[in-house]
Amino acid sequence: MSAVIDPGHAGHGHAGHDHHHGPAKGLMRWVLTTNHKDIGTMYLWFSFAMFLLGGSMAMVIRAELFQPGLQIVQPEFFNQMTTMHGLIMVFGAVMPAFVGLANWMIPLMIGAPDMALPRMNNFSFWLLPAAFGMLISTLFMEGGGPNFGWTFYAPLSTTYAPESVTFFIFAVHLMGISSIMGAINVVATILNLRAPGMTLMKMPLFVWTWLITAFLLIAVMPVLAGCVTMMLMDIHFGTSFFSAAGGGDPVLFQHVFWFFGHPEVYIMILPAFGAVSAIIPAFARKPLFGYTSMVYATASIAFLSFIVWAHHMFTVGIPLTGELFFMYATMLIAVPTGVKVFNWASTMWRGSMTFETPMLFSVAFVILFTIGGFSGLMLAIAPADFQYHDTYFVVAHFHYVLVPGAIFGIFASAYYWLPKWTGHMYDETLGKLHFWMSFIGMNMAFFPMHFVGLAGMPRRIPDYNMMFANFNMVSSIGAFMFGATQLLFLFIVIKCIRGGKPAAAKPWDGAEGLEWTVPSPAPYHTFTTPPEVK
Amino acid sequence: MGLLLWLVFSSAHASWGINMTPGATEVSRSVFDLHMTIFWICVVIGVIVFGAMFWSMLVHRRSTGQQPAHFHESTTVEILWTVVPLVILVLMAIPATKTLIEIYDSSESELDIQVTGYQWKWHYKYLGEDVEFFSNLTTPKDQINNKATKGEHYLLEVDEPLVVPVGTKVRFLITAADVIHSWWVPALAVKKDAIPGFINESWTRIDEPGIYRGQCTELCGKDHGFMPVVVEAKSKEDYATWLAERKVAAAAERELTTKEWTMDELMARGEKSYQTNCASCHQPTGEGLPPMFPALKGSAIAMGPAAGHIGIVVNGKSGTSMAAFGKQLSEVDIAAIITYERNAWGNAVGDMVTPKDILAFKQAQE
Amino acid sequence: MSEALSTRHLVIRLSLVVVGMFGFGFALVPIYDVMCQAFGINGKTAGAYEAGLQSTDESRQVRVQFLATNAAEMVWEFGPQADEVLVHPGDSTQMLFVAYNPTDKPMTAQAIPSVAPSKAAAYFHKTECFCFTQQVLQPGERIEMPVRFIVDRDLPADVRHLTLAYTLFDITVRKPPVAQATLTRAAP
Repeated sequence: MSAVIDPGHAGHGHAGHDHHHGPAKGLMRWVLTTNHKDIGTMYLWFSFAMFLLGGSMAMVIRAELFQPGLQIVQPEFFNQMTTMHGLIMVFGAVMPAFVGLANWMIPLMIGAPDMALPRMNNFSFWLLPAAFGMLISTLFMEGGGPNFGWTFYAPLSTTYAPESVTFFIFAVHLMGISSIMGAINVVATILNLRAPGMTLMKMPLFVWTWLITAFLLIAVMPVLAGCVTMMLMDIHFGTSFFSAAGGGDPVLFQHVFWFFGHPEVYIMILPAFGAVSAIIPAFARKPLFGYTSMVYATASIAFLSFIVWAHHMFTVGIPLTGELFFMYATMLIAVPTGVKVFNWASTMWRGSMTFETPMLFSVAFVILFTIGGFSGLMLAIAPADFQYHDTYFVVAHFHYVLVPGAIFGIFASAYYWLPKWTGHMYDETLGKLHFWMSFIGMNMAFFPMHFVGLAGMPRRIPDYNMMFANFNMVSSIGAFMFGATQLLFLFIVIKCIRGGKPAAAKPWDGAEGLEWTVPSPAPYHTFTTPPEVK
Repeated sequence: MGLLLWLVFSSAHASWGINMTPGATEVSRSVFDLHMTIFWICVVIGVIVFGAMFWSMLVHRRSTGQQPAHFHESTTVEILWTVVPLVILVLMAIPATKTLIEIYDSSESELDIQVTGYQWKWHYKYLGEDVEFFSNLTTPKDQINNKATKGEHYLLEVDEPLVVPVGTKVRFLITAADVIHSWWVPALAVKKDAIPGFINESWTRIDEPGIYRGQCTELCGKDHGFMPVVVEAKSKEDYATWLAERKVAAAAERELTTKEWTMDELMARGEKSYQTNCASCHQPTGEGLPPMFPALKGSAIAMGPAAGHIGIVVNGKSGTSMAAFGKQLSEVDIAAIITYERNAWGNAVGDMVTPKDILAFKQAQE
Repeated sequence: MSEALSTRHLVIRLSLVVVGMFGFGFALVPIYDVMCQAFGINGKTAGAYEAGLQSTDESRQVRVQFLATNAAEMVWEFGPQADEVLVHPGDSTQMLFVAYNPTDKPMTAQAIPSVAPSKAAAYFHKTECFCFTQQVLQPGERIEMPVRFIVDRDLPADVRHLTLAYTLFDITVRKPPVAQATLTRAAP
């Protein structure tokens, strides 16, 4: 428990000693830092690096699928690419990006001097490069890396797995520990370090959604850890949790995995809900519509996420009663999600809108996420799901939820808060270019997947019949465009860090919140004396 | 309404196919109708919500001199947009439940077929009929490697399709022998996971004779994309004829075991059987994909004593992907494959393994 | 200082939740087994059933079909002596399965039962079954293995036809037969 230090004391300590000195110099600043802004920055850079790596794997996949036939990679490597793409994007890009945003913004939003557990914060970040270093190294091992899909269903991932699966399991354990520690830190910060007067129902929605996300993480990451531990025992210690031969059941694996997996899906989207709920009011210059119902909707989505997992498994042979229960429960999620979309639309209604890059990404988020929601509703209908399940329709669905959902939410947040982070305005023209290229590329890549899925193309195949050829080519072109555009984002961010128009403390005239009361760039130490919230 | 849209789009070129097939059974049509109903409901909701958003984005902008309003809640509206979606969902759930109950009623079947998934082929067994066979992909490697023009049914063609009679309730008992697979034929709206150790049920009743194609839909390893499902529905008479022929052919195949084979005959048959059963792992060139799938070209087993070679093909090698083909292939095919492996790609052992040798090997084990 | 204390308590509590949820992941295993029994998931049947608890229901007959499948690596010959039998619910019936080890090594096998339709699984009772134990067969050995079962009188009326499927797995690597040790010593 050495990581638990008295934050008040830490704050005073810094205030007393190096408040005027700022960060230490050199590399050790980053290795040893306990500053929430430094750690947030590292999380964001790490996640962007993983985004590019996972993205380049997606490029390999799309290049192979550009035309029917095998051209670039062989099926066994293709399977490693789909697996690694999924794992890296979920655990390496999206989740750390949100943790990075949480690190940077939550203390600023609630008027806290730092995270509640700064040393643990440092540790949870540094576990990630270790975990992903190990995961990526499996690609160079004999027999190749994980090739069983990011959902790693047993027995393909146990009895039939390549040798490197043990490293994969260990990497998942490290990521899990990192996420759990990050989540505990967020909960402790939000519950204990709010400025006087900041009641729970006055908290910005980003803080609210992250609080709920953190509870989800604490509840389900240990289940994932349990799941991979059982795999490890099956592979090395002769148990038979997931092997029918020893009295186990491969379907049990799927239940355990999706008990984690479905809340995980919301872990990847709820913080984006929060960010967008801050950005849309700022650019509509109008308060968020239905703050209270937003909080309750988020909580109900989180609750429902625990009782819908088997909708990922409609075809495994669940009894009729189970099938009906999970179908109804899943359909129910549409209600709170709908409330959120209606709230965002009403926030825009009769506002005085301008469309800077963060707003563009946020509006695209609402529209495209809703499209993903519609296909989600279709997938919830069990008899129809028998036709959609494990086809490209599902691939289209979850990319519509995750790319414009999670990724656009992260881009919107990045543009919105970049002035606060760097003290400079980013290049608005380039930002808009980045948005439109991403928007077009993304839709071109993923919309045709609905069609090929409905027409009958299964997911995770390296080659396909000619009847799917045209749309796959369109998809690939869109994907290359989307992929290449992200290098532009890298350029924009670097340009913004190196210079640009100085940003005011509050660069967006409609923005609300404590983070805009500190200067831009935010000083190394902020809110050492808690602000008063009325 | 759904059918109308289908007609509009189905006139487009096949390679731009964008919608689910209405299929060839009553169940597949009700699934299709359900799909289209939900789709149109989503379209209507989408038009309203996105319409309002776009209207707002066009009109309520600062550049048009709009002053922001200050409202930020309305209990009436919020209750309304919670209750209305709930009602719509209940309306959707009713037909969905009906269809689902229908799909789950597998009683009163007239024909039972066991479907078993293997890495990477399907096995069909007609219960009570003593007919069973494997169904392998027949698309030539050259087409996959872009050295030959791809045929119309590229990757969706097999040596032996599953043949079923029309107008008959056929029950499928689906399982797997190694990893999880999933048996899917879109036109029948049947998709069920094949789980090793356990059995799943599904059924269909096809209206019209025809060939219906599908694929494995659960990632099952390297050649997941190369194990299609082909179902051929025949009239009841044609089916009866086929079944009878099938039994005769099986008997003839058994007789081949005692036939005197020449080297050339064995090599010819061996090459064909090797390409179907062995080439996906050991590769057409015999070079394998080490370390998972060892090379046969120049291998100690393929160049060594015949008994060892026969042993590994018949009994497999536990702890590896090498299955026990003694259970899967006929003596003729095993003999031909072994002969081929010992004499192809420069493995010039020169000896010949006959079906009788395989039979003798199996009997010697007794 | 009181705030620090509460952070400490909060972290301890959250850590307990983490440990609890890790345990819950494992607790899902028995929970799943209970659910399987209750709903017949994967057609799983219960363990040994006490014979003689039911009287025969002469008013109807149920067709019981037998399936035998080998896991891919399994070389034994394995199958039922008859494809199917007609039974009265409540009646105790025996079926023999034949297994033969064609190899020159002793091997251990485990058969896993599964009943379709799954809603009938809870009504299918085995009073005796070769699947309750592992089977060790010496090289070239052939055995007949009995399964004795009772179809429950309460079987829903619409089920007139059920399937008992066995999958045979080779578990020699996992559970080497005791005989193997003596054999290898005797062999040279």
